[in-house]
Amino acid sequence: MAPAKRCNVSLAATAEKSVKKAKIDINAQVERILESRKNANDVFDILEALESEKEKDVVSAANACSKLFCTLLEKKELFLGKLPGEEEAVSGECSAEEKYQMFMRHRYNSCVELLLEHLSHDLHGVKESALCCLMKFAAGEGKYPLEDLDWTEHYSFPRELLQAVVDRLLSKTTDNSMLISRFQEFLEMEDVRYYVMSSIRENVGKVMDKNKGALVPIYQNNVFTLMSNISIPSQESELTNFMVKQEAKHEDWKAAKLNEHKRVFERMWLGFLKYKLPSNMYKKILVILHDSILPHMSKPTLMIDFLTAAYEVGGAISLLALNGLFVLIHQHNLDYPDFYKNLYNLLEPSVFHVKYRARFFHLANLFLSSSHLPVYLVAAFAKRLARLALTAPPTALLIVLPFVYNLIRRHPSCRVLLHKPSTEGELLEDPYLMDEEDPVKCRALESSLWEIKTLQKHYHPDVAKAALAINTPLSGKEDDINEVLEITTHELMERDLKKSQIKNIPLEFEIATQLLKGGGDVLGQHFCLD
Amino acid sequence: MGKVPKKRSLADKVRKTKTSTEIKNNPFEVKINRKKFDILGRKSKHDVGLPGVSRSKAINKRKDTLLKEYKQKGKSSKFIDKRFGEYDTNMAPEDKILKRFAMERQRVHDKKDLYNLNEEEELTHYGQSLAEMEKFNDIVNSDDESEEKGLLSAELTASHFGGGGLLRKKTSGDHEDGGDGGPRAKSRQELIEELIQKSKQEKRDRQVQKEESQELTEKLDHDWKSIQALMVKKIPRAERVEEEKPKLEQYDMMVRELVFEMKAQPSEKLKTPEELAREEREKLQKLEADRLRRMMGDQVVESSQSQTHMSADDLNDGFILDKDDQKTLSYQDGKWNIEEETEVEKDGEEEEEGQSERRRNLKREMTKRRKMMRRKKKRRRAEEEETSAKPSLSIEELKAQQEAAKAELPYTFTAPESLSDLKDLLHGHTPDNQRLIVARTQKSNHASLAVGNKLKLQKLLGFLLEYVGELATRSPPELTTIDKLIPELYTLCQMFPEAACKTMQSILGDAGHSTEEVLEVKGHLPFPTLDMIIYLKVTALLFPTSDFRHPVTTPALLYISQAITKCPVRSLQDVTSGLVLCCLAVEYVSFSKRFLPELINFLAGMLHLAVQDKTSLGYILVPPFRQSGKCSDLLVVSDTESCKSWSKKSLPLSATQQLELKNDLDRDHHRLMCLSTCLDLVKRCCLLYKDLLSFTHVFQPIRMLLSKHISAQAFPESIQELHNEILETISSVPVTHSRLILEKKKPIPLKLLTPKIVEVLDYGKKRGSTREEREKERLKHKYKKEFKGALREIRKDSRFLAREKLNEVMDRDSERKKKVRELFGSLATQEGEWKALKRRKKK
Repeated sequence: MAPAKRCNVSLAATAEKSVKKAKIDINAQVERILESRKNANDVFDILEALESEKEKDVVSAANACSKLFCTLLEKKELFLGKLPGEEEAVSGECSAEEKYQMFMRHRYNSCVELLLEHLSHDLHGVKESALCCLMKFAAGEGKYPLEDLDWTEHYSFPRELLQAVVDRLLSKTTDNSMLISRFQEFLEMEDVRYYVMSSIRENVGKVMDKNKGALVPIYQNNVFTLMSNISIPSQESELTNFMVKQEAKHEDWKAAKLNEHKRVFERMWLGFLKYKLPSNMYKKILVILHDSILPHMSKPTLMIDFLTAAYEVGGAISLLALNGLFVLIHQHNLDYPDFYKNLYNLLEPSVFHVKYRARFFHLANLFLSSSHLPVYLVAAFAKRLARLALTAPPTALLIVLPFVYNLIRRHPSCRVLLHKPSTEGELLEDPYLMDEEDPVKCRALESSLWEIKTLQKHYHPDVAKAALAINTPLSGKEDDINEVLEITTHELMERDLKKSQIKNIPLEFEIATQLLKGGGDVLGQHFCLD
Repeated sequence: MGKVPKKRSLADKVRKTKTSTEIKNNPFEVKINRKKFDILGRKSKHDVGLPGVSRSKAINKRKDTLLKEYKQKGKSSKFIDKRFGEYDTNMAPEDKILKRFAMERQRVHDKKDLYNLNEEEELTHYGQSLAEMEKFNDIVNSDDESEEKGLLSAELTASHFGGGGLLRKKTSGDHEDGGDGGPRAKSRQELIEELIQKSKQEKRDRQVQKEESQELTEKLDHDWKSIQALMVKKIPRAERVEEEKPKLEQYDMMVRELVFEMKAQPSEKLKTPEELAREEREKLQKLEADRLRRMMGDQVVESSQSQTHMSADDLNDGFILDKDDQKTLSYQDGKWNIEEETEVEKDGEEEEEGQSERRRNLKREMTKRRKMMRRKKKRRRAEEEETSAKPSLSIEELKAQQEAAKAELPYTFTAPESLSDLKDLLHGHTPDNQRLIVARTQKSNHASLAVGNKLKLQKLLGFLLEYVGELATRSPPELTTIDKLIPELYTLCQMFPEAACKTMQSILGDAGHSTEEVLEVKGHLPFPTLDMIIYLKVTALLFPTSDFRHPVTTPALLYISQAITKCPVRSLQDVTSGLVLCCLAVEYVSFSKRFLPELINFLAGMLHLAVQDKTSLGYILVPPFRQSGKCSDLLVVSDTESCKSWSKKSLPLSATQQLELKNDLDRDHHRLMCLSTCLDLVKRCCLLYKDLLSFTHVFQPIRMLLSKHISAQAFPESIQELHNEILETISSVPVTHSRLILEKKKPIPLKLLTPKIVEVLDYGKKRGSTREEREKERLKHKYKKEFKGALREIRKDSRFLAREKLNEVMDRDSERKKKVRELFGSLATQEGEWKALKRRKKK
């Protein structure tokens, strides 16, 4: 609660300076309303201000509302239980006190509605103050429930209000990521998070069913932003921060149990992933899947379907799915029959050019670190990587070469790829079948790594040096590829640019006479100056 | 003799008495020390010993020292030598003797005065009378004086050599008391005079003799001449010539020729670079001055130029000694120009000089001012005269000359301090002139001319490079200017490799940094702008591209590689840029033949852009190209008819920035252009990479593209040719290889358990210790040896003493015995006598 308050104060402070007069007015009205019930009708003025066009007015009005109604809630001057209609309330036979309470409750309801509408306002300031105000109401309602609590088993929580807020947050038309990141601070509270998660699930189900599973990019983006902001503590003892403290049997409350949290979290995600997603959404989810979703699920194995489907999509998405799959295989005993075959088929020239190259090679290194892999498989990987290296940029080559060397080091029987003395002098064509999808049949073991020999003539000195390592028996120690995984071309350039202590810089001895001359005149042959 | 008599030891005596060879040959004297090993190259001193000799030597030494001491033991009185200077070690023995002698003489002399009883006793030295020698001494004394004149007679030297140092000393000693001996001094004086006279006489004689001989020779010459004429006449000339003529053979002629041939003349000293530079600058300055003069031509009063220079005498009063003031001697139209002025000037100068001489004490300022006034007057006059003096030069001509001078570039330039300076300097000039300006700036600021010039030129290099970049970014890019500036850049770069390297590196580093940023945000890059392309090309021109690792070219090539892997091709402009980059890449690796995978990828991608049917491809494309997409048909020729009207011509480099293609035909032509360039590059690559082991796999996509997807028939002939050539080259490369085998290397030797044997090369030397330890060891050893020796000596001494004592005792005993025996004898005789007496009495 504390941050919200602070925020309000600061907001109020900014509003104060700009529209002092209006502010004073509204604050005075609030004071008057709270002072005596005679002035109860002033509440309409405040609500009117809330509907104003000006951002500042709305903000100050929202602040006033929150102050007013929170005080009223505290004083229990709002009508509890089922609220009769406005007309009924006036005509009904009840005491003046009750009538006042009903009146105020009606005003409160309309205020909440107004604020909810403001959540889809154009201006961010309005949205934010409305959100803060609503969350204050929610806190107030939680403390002083508006329902009649006849039986003690019932746990009081303003579920409807929260549901309404979540519905508004997950807009179908506007990108609410700013507001959602503001909302994140409320998600720190365990109970709020719990109920938000269930609300999301309901909302997603409702919306997607309505759209019959078709893509709703903005909506899905909002949902993803909200969901990715949710993180669940790893231990039950950490569940301490509650917005509403239940007086009785707090421990039995669902929102206070970690397992329940996990279950809801899992259902929320599964509910979301059930539907078709845009491909960039896939990527986003897969990027965070392994460290912010899987660990918080009660049964991570439920993700198998999603992951295998993603793995078989191919391209970058497959690469990303690897990470999740790895967690499942590694920690949850998942048996994935054609895993290595698929991995083998993921190796394409584009692997060296995608953004997730470092992550892919890190995982591939992990997968291939097992010493129980069959030789043909390792050889197939080595050969394929070597073949692909013929199209790779130098930064990738600096990864691939040590990678292949490590494979051969781990599996000494692969040494034939580098050294096959029995067939010396015999000339043969490369028997390796690049197009074969099955590593068993690709005849990699019968081949040699001529590609690396080719790379000894690579233009970049570091690559050429690395490739020279195959001339002599490989050293016993594995190369650490983690150092080179993230290397960029610019860093590679810097290596040479920074290393300028060389005493005498060699110069071209051929005297330059014209711009287009020199170096074989390639440029001069095809291009002219103007 | 001045020599110290050498102390003769007993051993020497022994040796002297019996000759050393005799001793050495006596087998009883010689002890041979047997050697265990015969060591080559070692000289041993102690292989033969003479124990007898050395023992006697030792005993004698002891007798001299120890025995004396022993004898003196317990005795309190001793002899003290009271002779003069006996115990003074500082005095040389010669001096001692001399002094003693002098004192003795003095004493005798005094005594003589006292009791002049008998004649002066004669003292001798080496059997000669000392008194007699003193005479010579006097001469020696005179010698001292005559030394200044450098006169030395035979007598003098003779006496000198006979005398030695001792004599000279004596003379000096005599000199002190030499005043009293009147007749002696006189004789000395006489001697000197005589000597001088003698030498003068000799000199005169010689002179006379010389003159006489001269006269005689002259006479002889004269006689000879008179005779010579007679002799010549005897032999007719013609005969002689005829006689000589046949003798002249070719060989002789050649010899003559060679003899008389001009010897190689010493050439002028080679000029140092500094001198050359100075000359160059002087030349430029001269030209510049000339130009300025012509530009000014006439009346224009120069006020702005040459005002920068401030002399030390400048009073800062606005007075400037103008160049034109001082009329130099010059010719115009064949006659001496401005005679009058020079004369006037001369007068003035003289007057001035006189003035300054007269009023030297006047304040300098005053003179200056006056001078100035006079000059001004003079100048005015000169101007008037000049205008009137040159009526021959028409006004038109004058103007034309001026114009020409204006159009001509200045010959010296100050080095620009900033880029904007440089731009100002070069602004508005033609490319050729810009080059000239830069060249002249460089020459007039040559590093050897002034201290700061090196830095200035380095800066100039940096600015030039920046300027080149700026020229390339202008629209339209001024590439011809860049082209002209290249040689200047090259020469500057040759002068300052470090600065060039640093500038280029910073350019590349900045470009790399910005691309990195763009890449992080967007994930792809735009093609490099023209300035970057130019920089890359310039890099290749200035620095060697074939180095394995080079601080500039390696990053540059990396930059190209990044550009052709990360820049998506979206327009024909991009295609052109890409092709330029590919050309550059090929140039970079053309010499070293290094493998550039990105280049092949890019070229394959380019060819893919020309494929019409994008289904069932037999190859995989590498980013930035995609199998299909909105920009994947960029090079597909829309109308096959356009092929006919196409002919190959060079594309302008500016096509990478903006491309104006009005209609489909133009566009098709451009496409064909790109395609032919691309194919040419592919061909070059094929030839470059023919030797690569994986050639077939590297070129597999290109082969597929060319053989399956791009049919040559649809293209003009030149492209068809390229097409066929490439396919032929690819198919001609062998596909088979032998398997990889590790390089054979020397087997690692097994670990051996036999002891390690170290060869000892220097016997008898302690090893395995530090120098200090060795030194300590050596000293210890020496000490031990000395100690032992000392012990031995002491023992010998005590033995000697004991022997002496024993001898003494024995002597004493024997003496006593003798005495006792004598006593007994006398007693016995006494007794006998007594008994005999008694017997006689009895009888």
